[in-house]
Amino acid sequence: MTEQSHVALNEVVRRYEGPPAVHAMGPINLTICRGEFFSVVGPSGCGKSTLLDVLCGLVRPTSGSVHFEGRELHGEVPDGIRVVFQEDSSMPWLSVRQNVAFGLRTSGKPEKEIAELVDHAVSFMGLAQFADHYPAQLSGGMRQRVCIARTLVLRPRLILLDEPFGALDQQTRLLMGDELLRLWRETGATVLLITHALDEAAMLSDRVGVMSARPGRFIDMVETGWSRDRDSRIVSDPKFGSLTARLWSCLREESLKTMGWAA
Amino acid sequence: MTRRRAALFVRIAVVAGLVISLEICCRTGIIDPLTIIPPSEMIVSMVDHIGSGEFNESIVNTFSTIILAFVMAVGFGTLAGALVHGSSRLRDVADPLLASYYSVPTFIFYPPLVALLGLGKTPLVVLGVLSAAPAVMISTLSGLDGVPPVLMKLARIHRLSPARTLWWIVLPAALPRLFTGFKLALSYALIGVIAGEFILSGTGLGYAISFAYQSFDNRAMYGLMLFVLLVAIIANGILYVWEGRLARRRSVG
Amino acid sequence: MSDVSLEAALSGRTWRRRIRAFDAVVLTLLMMALWQVISSWTKGVAVSPPLPTLFYLFGLLRTWMFWDHAAATLTAFLLAYALSALIGLALGLIFGLRRFAGEVAEPVLAGFYTIPKVTLYPVVLLVFGLGMSAKVAFGVMHGLVPMTLFTLGAVRNLPPVLIRTGRVLRLSPGRMMRWVLVPACLPDIVNGLRISFSLSLLGVLIGEMFSSQRGLGFLLINGMAQHNVPLSTAIVTVIVAVAIAANTLMLRIGRPPARRSNRE
Repeated sequence: MTEQSHVALNEVVRRYEGPPAVHAMGPINLTICRGEFFSVVGPSGCGKSTLLDVLCGLVRPTSGSVHFEGRELHGEVPDGIRVVFQEDSSMPWLSVRQNVAFGLRTSGKPEKEIAELVDHAVSFMGLAQFADHYPAQLSGGMRQRVCIARTLVLRPRLILLDEPFGALDQQTRLLMGDELLRLWRETGATVLLITHALDEAAMLSDRVGVMSARPGRFIDMVETGWSRDRDSRIVSDPKFGSLTARLWSCLREESLKTMGWAA
Repeated sequence: MTRRRAALFVRIAVVAGLVISLEICCRTGIIDPLTIIPPSEMIVSMVDHIGSGEFNESIVNTFSTIILAFVMAVGFGTLAGALVHGSSRLRDVADPLLASYYSVPTFIFYPPLVALLGLGKTPLVVLGVLSAAPAVMISTLSGLDGVPPVLMKLARIHRLSPARTLWWIVLPAALPRLFTGFKLALSYALIGVIAGEFILSGTGLGYAISFAYQSFDNRAMYGLMLFVLLVAIIANGILYVWEGRLARRRSVG
Repeated sequence: MSDVSLEAALSGRTWRRRIRAFDAVVLTLLMMALWQVISSWTKGVAVSPPLPTLFYLFGLLRTWMFWDHAAATLTAFLLAYALSALIGLALGLIFGLRRFAGEVAEPVLAGFYTIPKVTLYPVVLLVFGLGMSAKVAFGVMHGLVPMTLFTLGAVRNLPPVLIRTGRVLRLSPGRMMRWVLVPACLPDIVNGLRISFSLSLLGVLIGEMFSSQRGLGFLLINGMAQHNVPLSTAIVTVIVAVAIAANTLMLRIGRPPARRSNRE
């Protein structure tokens, strides 16, 4: 492979001391290329969120190394990575515009430039009408759009999303998936999406990693082969069905294990 | 008309009705004028006595004591709350103490305080702080608890310094509950100080009311009483409305 | 006991509980020490030291005089508390169930909570005269409003899904009350009772401190006026001990019902 690896995890293990001691994740070996859209699916509690925490530097791996853009992470978050969390991380005391501008406060950019970037991000996510509203006045989906707009405005090179659409209904999820693809194409960033929804992973990604039950390890890597300008209409493509089926066939046994039903 | 506005009108009407019936009862002699004077006379008395300036010194005394106690309570309470929040061991010790604190009638410590510090401002300020600071501490703990952990993660992703995390994320997130604590602090400081002056003091509005009562000067007593109650209601009312505004922006509806 | 099981025994919650007990003992000792320091530093002018106070207290508990005064306080308090609790409960239920009335009343009640009720005491005295009824009235003035507010809150915050579930299960009104409404409201009501307890006690004591010839509040002020420091310190200790004991007891009572109703 001649492409530069953007993110690389090498024999990464994460344990918690406890009591009780938990082997949360690993060993994980993963390489993501620049500009790739990579999804992670797996049963509950398998360590998907831990993977994200380790990847962005919030948490140090117990053993193994994490490299971002060639440099190793040592427990601090490097510049260029942004995260969209599962929980609503919009700040209720700031308006939509102020929320989106939040990350630019420390950038030292002149006010005019900040205002322009914010306006662009806000309209890109379809929130222009609500720019001066407060998060409490918006629906859950719109609040997540605010969080995504906040990520977008900083031109990150790596975007991590931890089940960002978990709290939304199915139709909104599909539309938000389209938004995410648009965002991905516009910024050219590398995207790692953690999701429960197999169809979401199959539809949006270039590659899907299937994690086992705890301790989470990758048990399958599925290449989707979609073209770059895809959107939610690919659900009608027969390959979509077989991809989802393949993911489920890997995942089903792991899920049963997690729920304690497997033999 | 919105429901809230309707409730406000009814409330004003009910209170006005009660005041008017009290006025009628007093004027017609149903209530002995030696016991309660008519509300209109209370207002006149209040305007007279306060306007005459004979109580200016008492007023300044009382309110400066209250404000001093309030500021100190807020300062100590917030600092103590922040400190305790940072250590789970301290927290385990402090929680049961705080839960039981307001079950003790703090006021019983006032006579020993006077014996210790003499009659004057100091025991009153201490009493005010003792009454108010734990409420601030409790609401500081509650406010800091209420900062969503995801926002703390966000602060790390944005690589904010500890000072910036505090100023840009922790404080705004905790503010509504902190403010409730401040509101309670003012209320408790005011009550504590006035009660102290009333029972055992030589100066201040509380003492003036008690003195008027014991000199059988009902008119002065009611006038001053009305003044103190109005100040208390207005001061607390302002904070209450402010608190409501803070909360409303951040919650649905 | 092998090392492994010892480690397991000391792990997690047990360890934490032991540290908490240890800290509680240390804290008590620190408070005693502080008490001792304050009293010796002021040469016993304000408070008498812990041990002498305890001895004095034991002696005091054997006198007729003490129990005479304690009975006066107790009677006034029990009356005030009972009235506050019952009237507060009734008003709270009414205001909670009749939404509009509740909305009208709540700010007024909350406002009453914040005013220095001490200033109204002369009015109480003028209306009720000197004596027990004034003290009781004053106690009720303090204890009634929190009880009402807590009950109001409990009823208002009943999750509607509980009532719907009761209807789906076709419960009779009596059963609805007993199995759904009362257990659901109980934690808040017990909290209200707890707060009302302390405040009624405070009201009665303040009443006694201002104008009474009997009662623990009177003893306290009297002790101070006569420079009988051990007496006033002992009285304060008794009141603090009773208040904390009652509060802790009610906190414990208040918890199991909540847990029980969660499991049901």
